[in-house]
Amino acid sequence: MKESVIKTEKLTKRFGDFVAVNEISFEVFKGEVFGFLGANGAGKTTAMRMLCGLSVPSSGIATVAGFDVFKQTENIKRNIGYMSQKFSLYEDLTVLENIRFFGGIYGLSDKQLKEKSSELVLTLGLQNETKKLVGALPLGWKQKLAFSVAIIHQPKIVFLDEPTGGVDPVTRRQFWDLIYEAANSGITIFVTTHYMDEAEYCNRVSMMVDGSIKALDSPSNLKKQFSATSMDEVFFELARGAKRGE
Amino acid sequence: MVILNNITKTYNKGNTIAVDDVSFSVGKGELFGLIGPDGAGKTSIFRVLTTLLLPDGGSATVDGCDVVIDYKKIRSQVGYMPGKFSLYQDLTVEENLNFFATIFNTTIKENYELIKEIYVQIEPFKNRRAEKLSGGMKQKLALCCALIHKPTVLFLDEPTTGVDAVSRKEFWEMLKRLKEQGITILVSTPYMDEATLCDRIALIQTGKIMSIDTPNNIVKAYSGTLYKIKSDMMNKLSNDLHSYENMLSCYAFGEYLHLSFKNENEHFEKELMNILKEKGHQQIEFERTIPTIEDCFIKLMSSSG
Repeated sequence: MKESVIKTEKLTKRFGDFVAVNEISFEVFKGEVFGFLGANGAGKTTAMRMLCGLSVPSSGIATVAGFDVFKQTENIKRNIGYMSQKFSLYEDLTVLENIRFFGGIYGLSDKQLKEKSSELVLTLGLQNETKKLVGALPLGWKQKLAFSVAIIHQPKIVFLDEPTGGVDPVTRRQFWDLIYEAANSGITIFVTTHYMDEAEYCNRVSMMVDGSIKALDSPSNLKKQFSATSMDEVFFELARGAKRGE
Repeated sequence: MVILNNITKTYNKGNTIAVDDVSFSVGKGELFGLIGPDGAGKTSIFRVLTTLLLPDGGSATVDGCDVVIDYKKIRSQVGYMPGKFSLYQDLTVEENLNFFATIFNTTIKENYELIKEIYVQIEPFKNRRAEKLSGGMKQKLALCCALIHKPTVLFLDEPTTGVDAVSRKEFWEMLKRLKEQGITILVSTPYMDEATLCDRIALIQTGKIMSIDTPNNIVKAYSGTLYKIKSDMMNKLSNDLHSYENMLSCYAFGEYLHLSFKNENEHFEKELMNILKEKGHQQIEFERTIPTIEDCFIKLMSSSG
């Protein structure tokens, strides 16, 4: 039996008359790389906010890392990591300050913080940059640091919201190596992306259209299901019918 | 229509080189793409050409006007859509459009034909404040505002960043139709798959242009042969391939890995298959593939260090 890390049943969010997320039910398993795709305005961000304990659902059931999204949002926040292209690190703090800041927020003790920072600096090869401002680092290093910081507290699951937007093709691939490494160590990866080739790197992918999950399977099964040769085509097939659009 | 000669732009008192001796030109009615990641220098080039930044070195002209001397003339003639949404959030859709039309001494009515096709999509929301628009609608409004004075050159800085694949396709179709009306378009994007939609592209990285040509010619100029491979154990395929000393490059590309070899003698395919079978791989698919712009970009990046 696979251990489930996220489980939702008819999870719904309404804003007035508008149903942003409409009865989505799905499960994500331990160590899985799960791609959460959809068109702009499909409801991905709203769904993610509920799963991160930042927005109270209107109805339905969901647990994340074993905690209830209605009642145990603080426990959820302590057991997840989060990173996005838009918000990751503080540019005007040094490498070490950022590690300490986020480690502290995630509740690491002073002793753990010390151990973790030196371990992290060593694995990333940033020994000579610890006192440099993050803003001065090349984008690729920033990304790797941001990801490592997001999982510094060994969360059960890490949410990556378009982590590779605007990144060069080589760095983008190195970033996916890090994702696999984390997944192999048992951390569940929940990732959104607009790069359809990255959808292929996920174990399973869900496609959201107009608030509902319209398809969920492994990339190869999805391609079979839609008689498509690439995930690009699967996406077009599903998203073209979107009413909501942007 | 747009000419850059050895343009250089630095920040931090010359310590950060954003644009490094860049030269290229864009012909009238051309759809020209600047393709490169964040930090490549795309926005700095746009800001120099739209007279919002002074270059540290070199010269540039837009429609025959010098970007330093004739800046006022350029400003009245070009359209610019910055990467960051820069319209007035507290004005409505219609008010924003009216505002920009008035600033350029024109009216919505006068140039309605040019924006009609795009504007009808947001017209139902013309009384909505810009801040309440969704991302896709903001993008369409910004494009309308950049077009309302019938510019000779249109500068679009990453118009499709963060936009989903379907809306991106629609946006490029709009650009194609604008081009047909004779407007010269300079567009930047970090999405390599959009490169093929341009007439010509410049691949740019860390302030330097690595290659300028038509997308077709850039692909043709790819030296060596590129292959794609997959097996039933993709997660260990990359590592296993790296143990083959004849491997030149190997990286993930969608459901396949793309690879190239140092030496393609008559045995190499057999050698490769033997290694993979020894490591337990089955259902191996291996064949030649045509490089994409992204493959070319990766190759150029590695050869320029």
